Amino acid sequence: MTPVATPFFFYMLSAVAILSAILVITRRNPVHSALSLIFTLLSLAGLYLMLYAPFVAGVQIILYAGGIMVLFLFVIMLINIERAQREMAFNQQWPIGILASLVLGMLFVYVYKRGASILPSTPTLMPEPQNTQQVGLALFSNYLLPFEVASLLLLVAIVGAVVMAKKRI
Amino acid sequence: MAEIGTLHYLVVAAALFAVGTIGVVTRRNVVIILMSIELILNAVNLNLVAFSRMWNLHGQVFSIFVITDAAAEAAVGLGILIAFFRNKETVNVDEVDLLKW
Repeated sequence: MTPVATPFFFYMLSAVAILSAILVITRRNPVHSALSLIFTLLSLAGLYLMLYAPFVAGVQIILYAGGIMVLFLFVIMLINIERAQREMAFNQQWPIGILASLVLGMLFVYVYKRGASILPSTPTLMPEPQNTQQVGLALFSNYLLPFEVASLLLLVAIVGAVVMAKKRI
Repeated sequence: MAEIGTLHYLVVAAALFAVGTIGVVTRRNVVIILMSIELILNAVNLNLVAFSRMWNLHGQVFSIFVITDAAAEAAVGLGILIAFFRNKETVNVDEVDLLKW
């Protein structure tokens, strides 16, 4: 049986991810940006599947594309879209911003190319059917304290969001 | 075509990170800035999962923590956005100057 993780799928998913990421930051209408962001998130989930991480891919689809994006679309509906259509989408320092970000990206790629020899070339053998089980075991044994702290963080975020968004407390 | 290694994923993640940074630095709409922050966090996640393919599962566990952080950040950020829009009727970052002298 040939593996699904072929170079063709990698390049296709990466191209979809990067092109829709560019669409996210260039569209004038925030709703179009949100829809492009969903495409980016779904293609990243495909890349996670290619990396033999099915649990993270599922969490990505359910939590990001399902939960966070609904929150974004809901807030976009609450604010004024017509005004955003009329006025400038970019601020005055956009050329230097684009330049600085591109230099940062080039720096990353340069460092990766220079350090490519220390990256291991043979992937570890990870049985895919037990992936979810092993992630769960790691979460509840080695990472028990960070797991509980994350639940506390979510509680604080819920309380904070309600406090911010409510008219009077 | 050559075999796809860790370096390919790292370069894709670097490109996504750069695009997200451009969005944060150049856009005026706060909603799109928050979406660009999500892009940056996703680039970090892709790095973590790509490394976890080569070593062990801990990268995947960390990427789940990053997703949790992203959810909390989106909730609080959008709450602040709603509160601000109620006060000033705008969502542009360069008009947010209430704390300036």
